[in-house]
Amino acid sequence: MLQTPTKTVQPLVSLAGVGVRRQGRWLVRGVEFSIAPGEIVTLIGPNGSGKSTTAKTAIGVLKADEGRVERKAGLKVGYVPQKLSVDWTMPLTVDRLMTLTSSLKGAEIDAALEATGIRHLARAEVQHLSGGEFQRALLARAIARKPDLLVLDEPVQGVDFSGEIALYDLIKTIRNTTGCGILLISHDLHVVMAETDTVICLNGHVCCRGTPEIVSQSPEYLKLFGARAGQTLAFYNHNHDHTHLPDGRVLHADGSITDDCRPEDGRPVDILPTGGRAGPMRIGHVHGPNCGCDHGPAPTDRDEERRNA
Amino acid sequence: MLDDFFIRALVAGVGLAITAGPLGCFVVWRRMAYFGDTMAHSALLGVALSLLMEFNLLLSVFIVAASVSLLLMLLQRRGTLSTDALLGILSHATLAIGLVIVSFMTWVRIDLVGFLFGDILAVTRADVDLVWGGGILVTFAIVWMWRPLIASTVNPELAEAEGLQPERTRLAFMLLMALVIAIAMKIVGILLITSLLIIPAATARRFSTSPEIMAVLASVVGALAVVGGLFGSLKFDTPSGPSIVVAALALFILSLLTKPRMSGAEHSAASQGGRA
Repeated sequence: MLQTPTKTVQPLVSLAGVGVRRQGRWLVRGVEFSIAPGEIVTLIGPNGSGKSTTAKTAIGVLKADEGRVERKAGLKVGYVPQKLSVDWTMPLTVDRLMTLTSSLKGAEIDAALEATGIRHLARAEVQHLSGGEFQRALLARAIARKPDLLVLDEPVQGVDFSGEIALYDLIKTIRNTTGCGILLISHDLHVVMAETDTVICLNGHVCCRGTPEIVSQSPEYLKLFGARAGQTLAFYNHNHDHTHLPDGRVLHADGSITDDCRPEDGRPVDILPTGGRAGPMRIGHVHGPNCGCDHGPAPTDRDEERRNA
Repeated sequence: MLDDFFIRALVAGVGLAITAGPLGCFVVWRRMAYFGDTMAHSALLGVALSLLMEFNLLLSVFIVAASVSLLLMLLQRRGTLSTDALLGILSHATLAIGLVIVSFMTWVRIDLVGFLFGDILAVTRADVDLVWGGGILVTFAIVWMWRPLIASTVNPELAEAEGLQPERTRLAFMLLMALVIAIAMKIVGILLITSLLIIPAATARRFSTSPEIMAVLASVVGALAVVGGLFGSLKFDTPSGPSIVVAALALFILSLLTKPRMSGAEHSAASQGGRA
């Protein structure tokens, strides 16, 4: 993994002392950071802390009122905005959404839809998608054009917990395979932090920054999000008993194929809080044989106990 | 063939409908129906100023309509009043000022009803050339700007972030609207122009699976409405402009009775499954 990008690489974008003012009020001030190729930078902070404003300034949608924003010449951006709604009057399929800002080859579209797991929805109208499916479609659109910098403004909103972990995994995979830089905005800290190189905690200004471990233990962060934020951990277990095939049909664990999901599919989904034992670094990854974390994969025995109780 | 007034009306009307189709789709997608109305109403001020200053009618209408849209953009940026209130003020103010100026000019006799409701049966050979010339220009411009137009309709910030220029696109779109309004004024009249933009696009929506198909279908529906309306007007001796709008409405109602063929319908089962 490209955990520590070398400083000699020219950054994709760098911000120095950036501030944005609207109607006499500073939305955000004194923002400094840069994103190198292959680096994941995460902006966290409460509502109205200037996360989206900062991201938009970094990619030139908003102009900085003070400070300097430098972008690499010819920087290609893939953007997933925080809010995007397609008017009902516009007929727009997922396929057509892919080529919204640039033309792509059929194979490139297929690969992006495949990667985000929505290939079976290629011909569905975007207005018919669920929140999670739509977020995947937006992500597919952003990665399909092979950007140098991927900017994701709360990409997991409306996605359920299992989808959230899968999406963050996907984001990590995209970084690892394409080497693009990623600017991620999030308010859900636990899952995202494990994969990120630099966390910048915003609250109208940069209140703390560093690696996820440093930020999650810093007094400023704890003050902003409460002491509990550094300690709580959600545990997740999902029996993945069926797979959606590219043609929209469903393959079940017993090998049978049906047109639709069965009512009992995908159960149970358990979210078990395990108390203050582990920090936020511990989840948000797929467990390998030696992945080095001190918590196991699915807690089957605990699960069993709970059900027997 | 173009010697016959009815043929001239048909050719001009169909030309206008083809031009209005794609433009009307954007008016619907961008929720600009009332905005289109405002620009159209301001055309009467353009007419009045053209008479007052003995200036080219078409150019005058174009300039006034374009200025009104720019004025609206400026007022929106100040953000003191909501857009619909601003539109209401601009729309009726320009119409009223136009009517007042016309009434002052006792030395000119103008056919006010002709401007308000159109007089397609009086189009000249030069008008036909103008409609088709302008129409080809507008259609060419829309095809040329198609991707940025669609992208900035879906989300201007996304378009901007990924290297398109939504502000410039929006400005160009408004100028095209002003041009179409100037051209269409004589054919369907100031008060009915927006219906020729919106009704065919709304009718086309139910049968379209992509923005491109919807744009082409809107042109086809508009052309059918013009032909139907003109023949109806001839048969029942009704005013031609309103007859075209009534024909468009009839097509719209007919479309409501048919089963929609939206691409998502057959896939909604799959997407339901994905949600489980």
